[in-house]
Amino acid sequence: MYHTGNLVKELADKHGRQRENLMPILQDIVRKYNYLTDEAMVEVATELDISAAEVYGTASFYTFLDTQERGKNVIRVCKTITCSMKGKNDIIAVLEDILKIKVGETTPDKMFTLVETNCIGWCHKAPAMLINDMPYTDLTPQTVIDVVKGYMSK
Amino acid sequence: MENKGLSKVDLIFEEINAKEVLQKAFAMTSEEIIQQVLESGLKGRGGAGFPTGLKWKYTAAEKESEKYIVCNADEGEPGTFKDREILDKVPYKVYGGMAIAGKAMGARKGFIYLRGEYRFLLPQLFIELHKFHKMIKEIGFDFQIEYRMGSGAYICGEESALFESIEGFRGEPRNKPPYPTTSGLFSKPTSINNVETLVTAMMIIKMGGAEYVKLGTKDSRGSKVFSISGDTPIPGIFELELGMSVQEFVNEFGDGDTKAVQVGGASGFCVPRKRFIETIIGFEGVPTGGSMKLFNSSRSMYNVLHNYLEFFTEESCGQCTPCRVGCQQLLKGIEKVKKGEAKSTYLNELIKLADTMKVASKCGLGQSVGNAFRSIVENFREEVIY
Repeated sequence: MYHTGNLVKELADKHGRQRENLMPILQDIVRKYNYLTDEAMVEVATELDISAAEVYGTASFYTFLDTQERGKNVIRVCKTITCSMKGKNDIIAVLEDILKIKVGETTPDKMFTLVETNCIGWCHKAPAMLINDMPYTDLTPQTVIDVVKGYMSK
Repeated sequence: MENKGLSKVDLIFEEINAKEVLQKAFAMTSEEIIQQVLESGLKGRGGAGFPTGLKWKYTAAEKESEKYIVCNADEGEPGTFKDREILDKVPYKVYGGMAIAGKAMGARKGFIYLRGEYRFLLPQLFIELHKFHKMIKEIGFDFQIEYRMGSGAYICGEESALFESIEGFRGEPRNKPPYPTTSGLFSKPTSINNVETLVTAMMIIKMGGAEYVKLGTKDSRGSKVFSISGDTPIPGIFELELGMSVQEFVNEFGDGDTKAVQVGGASGFCVPRKRFIETIIGFEGVPTGGSMKLFNSSRSMYNVLHNYLEFFTEESCGQCTPCRVGCQQLLKGIEKVKKGEAKSTYLNELIKLADTMKVASKCGLGQSVGNAFRSIVENFREEVIY
C-alpha cells in the first residue's frame, strides 16, 4: 500500500485531464509505485471526471499496469518461443531459488516481483528478461544471479 | 516465379544527410512525393503489406484540416525486433519519414506509439527528437512529433487498437470501415505506418521510386529488415533484398539441420523442409513483417504450436467471441489430443475452428491464428499427436 499524496493531481496538471491523458498518468503512477491501488485509480477518476470503472477497465487491460501489489523491482522473464527454447526454464529456476518466491509472487520485503511475459523483442539474444525498464539478454544462470544481486545491493 | 537469390542490402541503417533529403522532399509537391512512393511499389513493412503509396494517397485526398501521421512502434510479433534496432540506430530517419509523410498528406502532427518493453530507449530518442525538431524548424517546415507509450499489450500493434490506446481506452480493435485514412486517431484522417516503412519512404525520396523498384520482385519490391532467431549460428538483424527462397535463406542462416522456418512470427506461416525450395519469402509466397525463426530437428513442433497458442490466448483482447473462445479451444484441443483424451481426427475439427476464426474474427489477431495452426498441424501432424 502507498499513499499518492499530491502525485495524481500533479500528473493531471502535467499531462492534462482529457481521456487521452489517462494512459500517461497511469503509466507514471506505476513507474513510481510499481502498481495501481484502488485509491489511486479512484483519485485518477476524480481528476479526469470519469468513472472509476473506466479507469479500472482501462488499467486492467494492460499487462504492465498492474492492479495487484508489485515489488520495487519487477522481473519479467520472456516465455515466448525462442527464449523458451534457449533455456527460459533454467532462468526461472535460478530466480525462484535466489528470490525464494514462485512466478507471480512478490518477496516479503517487497523488493522483487517475478513474472513471465510475452515476447519482449530480444529473440536473437535469448533468453532475455526485463527488470523494470531495463532489458537483460543472453542470460545464463550465472549472469542472472549477478544481475539480481546488483539490484539487491542497490 | 521470380527468384532473386539472397543478397544483402544497406538502405535502412545507412547513415544519410537527413537535412538534404528533407529539403528535397519539402521542395516537392504532395502529389510528387506520393507518386514516388507509389512508383516504388513499397508495401507496409509491419506485416500486413498494404501499399504505402495508396495509404498516403487516400489520406492526402481527405479534406479535413487536421490529420495525423502515426508511427507504429508497438513491435510485438514474436520473433520481431528490427524496429527496436532501427529506432536505436537511426531514429532521425524515422522522424524524417514521418515529416515527409506529413508533407505528403498535409499533416502537422505525428505520434510514435512505442511499446512499453522498449521504454529504455526513450532518453536517447528524446535527445534525437529534440535535434530533429530544431532541424526542421530551420528548414521551415512545421511538424511536431510526440511519443505515446504502450503498456504490454500485443493487440495494440493493430492499428485501430493502437488509436484506442492513445485515446486512453482499452486496446480493442474497431470495426472497419471506416479505415484510418478517413477516420483514424481522434476520428481524424490518419496514416499509420510501421517504423521501417517510414524509413524506407525516406530512402525512396532520396533515391527515387524508379531506382528502388530495381530491388526485389514484381510482388515484393525492395529490401526488408529481417529479425532472425531460433536455431541459427548467426541470430540477429539483417537487411536482405526481397525475392529469395526459404532454401536460400536457410543455406545462409541455418545450422545444417533446419526442419522448419516460421515466417512472419506467431501469426505467420510454418514452412517445412520439403517446401523450402519452392517457397519465396515475400508477398507472392510467405509474407513477413521480418520475423524468421528457424527450428532444427531437436525441436518439437507441438511445443512451438503450444507456445504460440498460449501467446494468442493471453493476447486476444477478448471482445469478439471467435478469437477469445477460439484461441482457448485450440489450445485445449491440442493438449487433449496430445494426452490421448481426444482422437487424432479431432485435429480436423480444430482446423475447421481455425478456419472459422479466420472468417469471423474482428481483427488480424484472430484472423491469423489459423496461419500457424494450419501450417504446423498439416506439416507436423505426427509431432502434434504423439
